[in-house]
Amino acid sequence: MALFAPPPMYADPTMAADKQHAFNPYSENGGSILAIAGADFTVIAGDTRQSEGYSIQTRYARKVWQLTDRCVIATNGFAADGNNFVKRIKQRLEWYEHAHQKQMSIKAIARLTQTMLYGNRFFPYFAYVILGGIDEDGTGAVYSFDPIGSYEREACRAAGAAQSLIQPFLDNQIYFRNQTPAPGAEPFVPGRLPLSTVLGLVIDSFTSATEREIAVGDGLELYVVMKKGRTTDDLVGSDNLIKNMQVQELGALGEGGSERTFLVSLPLKRD
Amino acid sequence: MNQLHSFQAVPSTRNAFDAYSTLPEPPRPQSTHAPRAHTQQPIVTGTSVLGIKYEGGVMLAADNLASYGSLARFKDIQRLHPLGDNTCLAVAGDMSDFQYMTKLLDATLRADRSVSLTDTHPPFSPQNIYTYLSNLYYARRSKVNPLWNAILVGGWDKEKKESFLAYVDLLGTTYSAPTLATGIGAHIAQPLLREAYEAKAGVDGKGPLLTGQEAEELLDTCMKVLFYRDARSLNKYQIATISNDGVKISDSKSSETEWGFAEGLRGYGPQTQ
Amino acid sequence: MFRNSYDSDNVTFSPQGKLHQIDYALEAVKQGSAAIGLRSKTHAVLLTLKRSTGELATYQKKLIRIDDHVGVAIAGLMSDARVLSNFMRQQAMQSRMLYGRPIPVGRAVQGISGRAQNNTQQYGRRPYGVGFLVIGRDETGPHLFEFSPAGTTFEYYAHSIGARSQSAKTYLEKNFESFENASLPELINHGLSALHDTLQQDKFLTIQNTSIAIIGPSSDEVEDISISGAAKRGNFRVWENEHVDRLLRAWRRSRGEPEDGPQEAAPAPEATTEGGAEATDSTAATGGDSSSTEAASAPASGDAPSSGTGGSGDDVEMQ
Repeated sequence: MALFAPPPMYADPTMAADKQHAFNPYSENGGSILAIAGADFTVIAGDTRQSEGYSIQTRYARKVWQLTDRCVIATNGFAADGNNFVKRIKQRLEWYEHAHQKQMSIKAIARLTQTMLYGNRFFPYFAYVILGGIDEDGTGAVYSFDPIGSYEREACRAAGAAQSLIQPFLDNQIYFRNQTPAPGAEPFVPGRLPLSTVLGLVIDSFTSATEREIAVGDGLELYVVMKKGRTTDDLVGSDNLIKNMQVQELGALGEGGSERTFLVSLPLKRD
Repeated sequence: MNQLHSFQAVPSTRNAFDAYSTLPEPPRPQSTHAPRAHTQQPIVTGTSVLGIKYEGGVMLAADNLASYGSLARFKDIQRLHPLGDNTCLAVAGDMSDFQYMTKLLDATLRADRSVSLTDTHPPFSPQNIYTYLSNLYYARRSKVNPLWNAILVGGWDKEKKESFLAYVDLLGTTYSAPTLATGIGAHIAQPLLREAYEAKAGVDGKGPLLTGQEAEELLDTCMKVLFYRDARSLNKYQIATISNDGVKISDSKSSETEWGFAEGLRGYGPQTQ
Repeated sequence: MFRNSYDSDNVTFSPQGKLHQIDYALEAVKQGSAAIGLRSKTHAVLLTLKRSTGELATYQKKLIRIDDHVGVAIAGLMSDARVLSNFMRQQAMQSRMLYGRPIPVGRAVQGISGRAQNNTQQYGRRPYGVGFLVIGRDETGPHLFEFSPAGTTFEYYAHSIGARSQSAKTYLEKNFESFENASLPELINHGLSALHDTLQQDKFLTIQNTSIAIIGPSSDEVEDISISGAAKRGNFRVWENEHVDRLLRAWRRSRGEPEDGPQEAAPAPEATTEGGAEATDSTAATGGDSSSTEAASAPASGDAPSSGTGGSGDDVEMQ
């Protein structure tokens, strides 16, 4: 992930004086994204603040997008690159549907994402991409990418301005790093936590990141993709975790009657 | 931080000849066989522009100055450009890129209008124009040959009966918010705009919006503050009002200013010591 | 075989002011099986009769989705249809990408008619051998257009193209005044009745040979929206095979016929062979071959050889 480190945000002004002044086609628009896979669901989330340096450009800009009935994409980094990358990938998915009369699997979308990112190897999309969804076996899946297309499937991934705050927390809570099972207890297996626990982790990650990272805040959009036939009671039925939290089911994009996607939105602090 | 996004002329070098950064001209390449150079900086520039949603539509404000570096070169330039019946642009940055872009957009809209004579399909909505602009600006930045502008698109969508306000700049960066300001205005005017907007509409924006009169007075205040603090601004500006009735661009107007306090400031007027 | 000296290229007028190659291309459309389109003030629908090349073959699709709000039915050369519908998809996507706006339906049709016209004016090119019925919905409401290889487009309340489409046209002309305010099930029933009229006497509409496309709000009377996101949103959707059963049953009920429909007699074995042989013939000489042309345009004589459920002269390419 360090292959493409962003330029330092607050450059020393004395350095600018003796440098050739050239057009810089990149910017960095803050925010953070995060995805966690469960056994039969995936949660993928992003905050809605878009900023540049110390300025908040808008308090509501989307970073997470539904691609198919079983795949959601999140981008972070340079917003213009992220938005245009999503737009291009949606185009490719439409042509795939024209040709095959079905939606692309998350595994295939992941490989497509790699090809498209690496295709811009020498003028990269400055976008960290995370895919979340349900794979062909009905298991929750998360794929994470660097801006030039290196990717792997994981149980969870955080990216963006608060990556350094959130990822260690997830390493501990999802991968059970630095935890030891009680003597005689079952060994830990990542990717098997219940939805309510995962939702709590995601929301805590973002509220905490909002406290300590100026580029994160304003609002949280959290997509839950559920396996075909899975109960939705633990999301829509329960007395929800936080007030002001809204849950809405997104209609099927394809034939329907299979995987279901929900959008959970809640406010984050605006300061 | 990033000097690229303020539209005061940013010289490529600071040296004894141009100690105060007054010249926008880039240094000429030594070789005559240099590769074709793309725009690396703006030349004749307009400073920041403002926009706000009010109860019946959107208002935009821009002053009448086009600067050549620190020189106030053209003082009667209109930087508000109506497009069709229900959309208006407010443009900051390079004025020649602004003129090129408006020519392109006007042609696109004219072509669409002539086709719509045969199928009575409604013309481009503000959102359609904004999408086109975003694609244009992102495509040009991706060729590393940007159109050096920051643009506010204000509009009234006649089909949806709602207002539209969004931003796009030379990087192809896009966003939308109920109040917007570019360049130095993002630092000086945007906080004032947000404060006034949220005072009525609330932080969730669900309360009542400012009335037309309140919005115009707010923009007057902001343009005055910008004139006090932005060295590349002019106390002569216009306001565009976009509503269901169409686009109305005001005559140029000025704010009442008070400079008496400045007499006591060192650096203003004749030096006393 | 009849020949004339003005049909060897497509850019020379005959003394009678005709471009014969274009007339031949229009014949190719007539050889495709029937497609019917009709619209109300809320919906536009397409109904097509599918053919298969033989007992062992699947039925060839005749309905193509262009975008959420546009779709086409084809009659004529399938391969030409693919080129043109791909072009329409590109145009539709360009409109969405560049302006964020679904392409106005009429302009999508203008796009292909421009290309088709080009082929009638450039030496060394041939006209497209396919006709389209295009349905769509935009800010000006639902639409139905016809595109023909001559490069013309017309808008219709109801229209039919392909083999024996004149019978359908007769039905549509008799009934079109009631289409404007028809509900979706009524509109589909009218369409199926018109489609039924294009069949030969011993043939029936079945779930194998009938496919229906709809644009406009869904109706749970005839549609199962739980299996179609497109239906739920009122976008272009196709109902065929087992999913068209409900629509066919509703139509039979409306005509007071037994809901299960008449049981089709097994096709005579010699008819299949004959049809297959003929297909090979007409593949070799498309358009100019008058034998297949005559077969298709001949009045329904009842004893014409046929292999499929459509008109006679079944052809691998003609759909």
